[in-house]
Amino acid sequence: MKPAPFKYYAPQSIPEVLELLNEHGYDAKVLAGGQSLVPMMNFRLVQPAVLVDINKIPELSYIEPHDKGVRLGAMVRHSQAEKDPLIKEHAPLIHETMPQIATVQIRNRGTIGGSLAHADSSAELVVVTTALDAKFKIQNQKGERLVPAAKFFVGLLTTSMEPEDLLVEVQIPPMPAHSGWSLKEVARRPHDFALMGVAVILTLDKKDCCTEARMVYLSAGDGPISAPEATKLLIGNEITPELITAAAEKAAADEIDPGSDIHATAEFRRHLANVLTRRALEEALQRAKGGN
Amino acid sequence: MENTFELSVTVNGTSYQKVIDPRTLLSDFLRNDLELTGTHVGCEHGVCGACTIILNGDPVRSCLLFAPQVHGQEIITVEGLGTVDDMHPLQEAFREAHALQCGFCTPGFLTTLVPWLEENPNPTEEEIREAISGNLCRCTGYQHIIDAVKLAAEKMN
Repeated sequence: MKPAPFKYYAPQSIPEVLELLNEHGYDAKVLAGGQSLVPMMNFRLVQPAVLVDINKIPELSYIEPHDKGVRLGAMVRHSQAEKDPLIKEHAPLIHETMPQIATVQIRNRGTIGGSLAHADSSAELVVVTTALDAKFKIQNQKGERLVPAAKFFVGLLTTSMEPEDLLVEVQIPPMPAHSGWSLKEVARRPHDFALMGVAVILTLDKKDCCTEARMVYLSAGDGPISAPEATKLLIGNEITPELITAAAEKAAADEIDPGSDIHATAEFRRHLANVLTRRALEEALQRAKGGN
Repeated sequence: MENTFELSVTVNGTSYQKVIDPRTLLSDFLRNDLELTGTHVGCEHGVCGACTIILNGDPVRSCLLFAPQVHGQEIITVEGLGTVDDMHPLQEAFREAHALQCGFCTPGFLTTLVPWLEENPNPTEEEIREAISGNLCRCTGYQHIIDAVKLAAEKMN
């Protein structure tokens, strides 16, 4: 099992990367952490003629405060984000997500930008950044643009980026006041690809009435799957156990679209979604009320 | 070869210069070009952990890196942990606690655990289980590996 031949470039600046991507277009692939791309190349599922290694560009590895939230350079490695105090303070959902992603060897190498650009619908960061309304800074030779998560992930392993585009930064907005969050997932073994998972964010007003709610599912369709109808049941109401049950059932039955494979049937995944949503909403509610 | 890469890398304290095909996986480079066959190749897609090496201090999968990516960097393989006459305390503990049978997975466990024990000198059983969750062993059922890590922690303290 060996990758097909390719031409290797290791540019040392972003303009050099953009020039290479512009020149080679669909023939080129960006190599970030390589923890998804290299297995795919080993299996020859992808055979890029040109590989543009962006590991030699130090200015893509920053974690900085931004607009009361944080911004992360695309080459921040999972293990770096996992231990970062700024992320712990300003992006608690990201902090809590990191140790659940893959294994320590993978997290030492894998990058935030790489995971997001790969857009695997079973990737935790894909659903978490969608739930958080993160923004993605994309550059090409013509300039740069900021794309919200909802318009970044467009389908199965697909983003709205063009071949000449490079993801350079992810911006995580602050968690609103009186908000709670949770990420729950089930995998056959911890750190495996999850069979089902959900990221939840709840925001309450001073009377504990829900003003904003997010529920986003992984392994539930071609991309991150939101459940707007289920969240409508929550918004404007005080969240009771009955309401949690109703929202979980609504999302699991009507809003997700999980597939069947050798690991789990679609029916079992819907069952998992129902149970996990209840647990996630309960935890998020407790945190929003200040329980943490 | 028209498409080549001139690689220089430090492995177990020795610098090497080799001309390679850029698509060479680091695991194959270590085994075939440097003849350091202690690094084992299992699944070649990042699942089994047998090919784990220490890159600039951190355990990583050598089957998920192309050799040119480690140009100018420092690697430690299982050969760099100890010798037959002067084993690393973790290697001694593996022998004493029967933490291996066929031994295929062992280099990956050792290279994962040596940096980890330095950061976690007094681990609990649960922490050890989490630390080895990226390495597969089909012989031991893991229990003796956990015993060995506890023993190594005692030896190293």
